Amino acid sequence: MDETWGRRSLRQLKQIANDPLLLIVILVILASLILFILYPLVKVITTSFLPEGKFSFSVFKEVFSSWYLRRAFFNSIMMGTLTALFGVGVGFIFAFTLARTDIPFKKFFHLIAIIPIISPPFIGALSIIMLFGNNGFISDHLLHLQNIKIYGFKGLLFAQIVTFFPVAYITLRGVLDSISPTLEDAALDLGGTRFKVFRRVTLPLAVPGIASAMLILFVETLADFGNPLILAGSQFPILSVQAYLQITGMYDLPKGSALALILLVPSISIFFLQKYLVSKKKYVTITGKPTSSTLKLVSPMVKWILFAVCLFFSLTIILIYASILWGSLVKVWGSNNTLTFYHFKYVFSVGFGAVKDTLIIAGISTPIAGVLGMVIAFLVVRKEFPLKHFMEVSSMLSFAVPGTVIGIGYILAFNSHPLLLTGTLLILLLNFIFRYVPVGIQSGVAILRQVDPSIEEAAIDLGADARSTFRRVTLPLMVPAFFSGLIYSFVRAMTAISAVIFLVSSNWNLMTVQIMSQVESGRLGAAAAFSVILVLIILAAIIIIRSILTLKYGRFGGTTLKF
Amino acid sequence: MSLKLVNISKIFKDPDHANKEVIAVKDVNLEINEGEMVSFLGPSGCGKTTTLRIVSGFENPTTGEVWLGDKMINDLPPNKRDTAMVFQSYAIFPHLSVGQNIAFGLELKGFKADIVKKEVEEIMSIMNLTELYNRSPDQLSGGQQQRVALARSIINKPSVLLFDEPLSNLDAKLRDLMRFEIRRIQQSFGITSIYVTHDQAEAMIVSDRIVVMNEGHIMQVGTPFEIYSHPVNKFVADFIGRVNFINGIVEETNEDASYKVGIGGKSKLITSSISPFSVGDKVLTVIRPESLSVSTGEQDSTAIFHGIVEKAVYLGPTVEYDIKIEGRENISAVTHNPVVEGVFKPGDRVNIDFNPAAAHLLGA
Repeated sequence: MDETWGRRSLRQLKQIANDPLLLIVILVILASLILFILYPLVKVITTSFLPEGKFSFSVFKEVFSSWYLRRAFFNSIMMGTLTALFGVGVGFIFAFTLARTDIPFKKFFHLIAIIPIISPPFIGALSIIMLFGNNGFISDHLLHLQNIKIYGFKGLLFAQIVTFFPVAYITLRGVLDSISPTLEDAALDLGGTRFKVFRRVTLPLAVPGIASAMLILFVETLADFGNPLILAGSQFPILSVQAYLQITGMYDLPKGSALALILLVPSISIFFLQKYLVSKKKYVTITGKPTSSTLKLVSPMVKWILFAVCLFFSLTIILIYASILWGSLVKVWGSNNTLTFYHFKYVFSVGFGAVKDTLIIAGISTPIAGVLGMVIAFLVVRKEFPLKHFMEVSSMLSFAVPGTVIGIGYILAFNSHPLLLTGTLLILLLNFIFRYVPVGIQSGVAILRQVDPSIEEAAIDLGADARSTFRRVTLPLMVPAFFSGLIYSFVRAMTAISAVIFLVSSNWNLMTVQIMSQVESGRLGAAAAFSVILVLIILAAIIIIRSILTLKYGRFGGTTLKF
Repeated sequence: MSLKLVNISKIFKDPDHANKEVIAVKDVNLEINEGEMVSFLGPSGCGKTTTLRIVSGFENPTTGEVWLGDKMINDLPPNKRDTAMVFQSYAIFPHLSVGQNIAFGLELKGFKADIVKKEVEEIMSIMNLTELYNRSPDQLSGGQQQRVALARSIINKPSVLLFDEPLSNLDAKLRDLMRFEIRRIQQSFGITSIYVTHDQAEAMIVSDRIVVMNEGHIMQVGTPFEIYSHPVNKFVADFIGRVNFINGIVEETNEDASYKVGIGGKSKLITSSISPFSVGDKVLTVIRPESLSVSTGEQDSTAIFHGIVEKAVYLGPTVEYDIKIEGRENISAVTHNPVVEGVFKPGDRVNIDFNPAAAHLLGA
């Protein structure tokens, strides 16, 4: 087997050698993937297993003998499981209601469900403190409750559901939209009751999507750092936060690495399980013209119940954002409601460095990640070379690895010569580029698989060499994918916290990290003002990128690519 | 320019089974003259498209040489070859307008913008595309896309034009029209061309010569008339049109390659262009349905067969019959003048005969 693999690689290598530029690009990408994705992970493993230069389980023994850290592991898994269940439940109700009923304000509900995706993940936690905390608007002012226990299990679960149900909504909306309503019509026509049709037709068809959404939510919750840091409290330890505290609080690198590794194992296994499930059982995508939905599946009563549920969650989200906005504009949250721009002034004077740094870092890393994503997508879909599968898997790996693990890996890997990068701008840029490249790759791959290879062959046939074919034909065709990858990486770069909290320095700081430290020191107003500015920047960026896209590439109405 | 294929073979490695090889093309030798249009005709998987891609440079032959004029072009990459391909899917660049698509090749060669524009306008008027200059490809009909693809190739004045099943995505009516259009343009520019198709009627209409391929091998090369009237083996006879194979035994051989063949107690004098036969050889008489005469009435003792009509399909200008013959395979026959000759019904007894000049012998 090895020999034939070797021979094939040799043949492919000979072909690539004809095109030195291609060879160089492939080598540079492979080297960077190894250095900036795999090497940090290897460092996490070696640091936890080789505490004194020798292989031993001592660190893990220590971790598992600690009651507190065992709790953290248990809590994280439980939180992930519950968020997966409830988040997918709410997401499914949203998706089903919007896809299969004719309730009013559908666009509004859709928009509300999208908003949490483009905001920093810890906004939920922040507003929960503002609403239900010790000085909370609802707990203290409306209900006059003292000592409501918002820190810990209940508060965190609520924040996680609000933060992550939109992810489930988007996945399941796609699934439900791809199930032709005529199947339901047919089942109704055959005499099924509405509930039976839902249970025996709609639900089974959606099951692969539901399972996939649950796994995604589990992994994301497990990896989440911002919400638990604010809300978990010391009574309810969470793995990602404990790993962070071991490193930054106790300077215990081996123990922090061991916790990161414990976090990594379930994340990666579930991630690949999800990939496997999705690849194995494709959702029933009925080909042919989308048939107009007749929306007969729900009775009027059920429809209005669903409407009420959606309305409740939408109002909750609105309440969250309203409280952030209100908090940024009043003098002291909970006690002095005088309107003031004090907090914004504070952000623009004291915190302006962080705003500028964030913009610089996101502004540089986003386009690089976008282009890199397109190049890797192109190589993976259109070229044959040895280690191609390795390139595909390792570049997608950062999807699965929790940010905390990556952050720890980076400080372990790049804190000594010749790779002394800690404290620099470069380490932040590299972290962002390699974490957010998978989205660009995914959308690039999806679009390239739709483009008939003979379109590129036609360009070559007309006399174009490899480079001008890529530049003049392939790249323009990938423009829509490039921009959607760009929006995603920009949003993620602006809202990231879990990895970068290890990598910021006094020279280079980020708004998300600033928000965290404002929350920790109790300056909720400043944290809220930072959050408002952050969300506004993201919205502005999305609008700008979108309008560039429609202005310059207006002909990509969507139909042009369906060749 | 003339094109020559010398001993071309292409062997693919099965990606899943390293030791398994798939022979796509085997020992293909062919010379195409300047200005000639040659069709590669065969069932899918016969190697016709692979051969075309070897000429264009998108595949490298495992062995053999490709000669363009007096130059061996094996080592030239496709973008350096003076060949132009019209793709099955047209492969129009979706992000460029019609005019930009057609200008693509000339722009790459570095011509000045005004020259490019003039050339593009000229070719567009020849191809009846003038009004479409600024159209985006998704606003074109199938036939228009076909024309744009052709114009985009021809504008570069290639030495060889390659068509890869160019009409298979069009509806029947448009296909009929475009066959003549392609032939007209190919002839008016006098470009040496290869036309890959699995449709025999298409091959007959557009080609000077047809190359029939099967399982990677060339079966026969000849003009449409030669291929149809004198197929050199069972495959070619069967693939091009409908045919009857009638078993017989050589009874006498003559100097002029004609043979007296005994068929069911009677005999016919039939010529063969294939290998010589000797007395006693088993042979197949190849005869097309339309070359058989079918008559009813008294049993005609001179007719070679007597049979019973099993199926009759009346098509207006012709009638197709399936006729059962005692002790032989059924024979298909076509008559062309139903009003005068009458239409026979299933169960009718008929006499069948043929003019030996229309028949042709193959080894059994």
